[in-house]
Amino acid sequence: MLDLLTPFFRRLYDETGWNFVIFYEQYEWDRFVAAIWVSLELIVASLFFSLVVGIVGAWLQGSPIRAVRLFMSGYIQFFRNTPPYVQLLFFFFVLGNFTPKVDMGGYYEPMITSFGWAVISLSFFAGAFNVEIFRAGIEAVPESTREAAESLGYSRLMAYVYVILPLAFRVCLPSLNNNLVNLLKTTTQAYAIAVPEMLYTLNQVWSDNVNVPEMMIVLFVYYVGLVAVLVWGMHRWERKMKIPGYG
Amino acid sequence: MSEAPKNGPWTPDRPMVGIKDVHKSFGDLEVLKGISFDVMKGEVICIIGPSGSGKSTLIRCINALNDIQKGSIKVEGIEVNDPDLDKLELRKKVGMVFQQYNLFPHKTALENVMMAPIHVLKQDKADVEQRAYRLIKKVRLEGKETSYPGELSGGQQQRVAIARSLAMNPDVMLFDEVTAALDPETVKEVLVTIQELAEDGMTCILVTHEMGFARELANHIYFTDRGVIVEHGPPASFFAEAKDPRTQEFLSQIL
Ligand SMILES: Nc1ncnc2c1ncn2[C@@H]1O[C@H](COP(=O)(O)OP(=O)(O)O)[C@@H](O)[C@H]1O
Ligand SMILES: [Mg+2]
Repeated sequence: MLDLLTPFFRRLYDETGWNFVIFYEQYEWDRFVAAIWVSLELIVASLFFSLVVGIVGAWLQGSPIRAVRLFMSGYIQFFRNTPPYVQLLFFFFVLGNFTPKVDMGGYYEPMITSFGWAVISLSFFAGAFNVEIFRAGIEAVPESTREAAESLGYSRLMAYVYVILPLAFRVCLPSLNNNLVNLLKTTTQAYAIAVPEMLYTLNQVWSDNVNVPEMMIVLFVYYVGLVAVLVWGMHRWERKMKIPGYG
Repeated sequence: MSEAPKNGPWTPDRPMVGIKDVHKSFGDLEVLKGISFDVMKGEVICIIGPSGSGKSTLIRCINALNDIQKGSIKVEGIEVNDPDLDKLELRKKVGMVFQQYNLFPHKTALENVMMAPIHVLKQDKADVEQRAYRLIKKVRLEGKETSYPGELSGGQQQRVAIARSLAMNPDVMLFDEVTAALDPETVKEVLVTIQELAEDGMTCILVTHEMGFARELANHIYFTDRGVIVEHGPPASFFAEAKDPRTQEFLSQIL
């Protein structure tokens, strides 16, 4: 792969001074490829867990127990009304201090890595919005549909899983789409706690090579591409979920 | 009838559904003010009465979609007004069909019929599928198995809803104005389905405004108004000898 890129980008640098060093130097290329993987893992994990938080949270928000509902609205208020950047720092520097360290045979590693904290923090942040998004979708499902499930013997949880959630999903996919795109972009904040994702890595690259504008271009193109893939996937999903003769 | 022991096993000589002095209020509004009647196995009971008289509420109390404040409702010996009621046990015995069908719009007709036996009763999928095909055939919707509710007419959806209830093998079926939302042409096909069910011996409690249907099929008709049973009797005498002015007025409007 790098072999294919090298001639063009080296010539580009020699003739114009545009330094896309990551495309012609093995060392920088390896850093770049590693950053791709880290950022993809970070994005996929955060998307996944934010959905889990959203689904479970929306269920808890409909709980008959008042304390559970209060807890959920406290959670949502906190994560919605504070900056995600501050949340991330809080998780890493404050909560991170209280988590035990594990013996790695002579040296100690924190049980939760900075990558782990980034996933946790981002998932709870986007999850708070997902809860509200799912909640709105659930409220759009008619009470009579829930009653039909109930009178067929479905428990509250089974009705949620098999009837309410699949219908709610269809209603809330467009707003879910928005929130997930936001989450994808917010993952770059993991930079602040030294998760070697794309922004962090390219920042190192431009510190070493003094090629800020070039690396900025790479960053923009990279995230535009990722968002395009996500949006494309969400639209496909939306089409697949479309019910004949409904809505 | 002799009083059976409170928690003894249900036997066919006792009412399948026994309703005794049922009171139900929504806040300050008392909707049922002491309703009592019995339904024996295989009987078809029609409940008629003006809108707002509490018919839906009554029928919803029978499968615990609404709770009651006073009185007793027993379905095959299960006390519905019991704080420790096992709702699943009750709902296995009672099927319910709604005015607005309430099918699951994201599932095909066949899947609608199959879902509850698989999810709730944990029955084998292949067996359930076979039974579902038979039920779809029974309600005369062969060929519509893979249609979604949104692709079916009201009458067709209602028959899927009936098949969906029957898939749970209930002992009693509740019908709440199930033809009220239908076009006149499709009312008949749903009534035929219910008639066949009744003729097969299914115990049915119907809220209906189809007087011809009630006259022909019901074993007993109850006329309710403002939360009480005003008058009741077998169809022949009920229609011929209704004495109460409220009943007479209602019948004159509807017939
Ligand atoms: N969930 C509810 N909350 C408050 N009032 C209700 C509720 N359901 C029904 N009612 C009231 O109870 C009365 C009886 O309603 P319903 O049983 O639906 O009558 P019917 O089916 O005979 O038309 C009506 O006055 C109605 O407004
Ligand atoms: Mg009604």
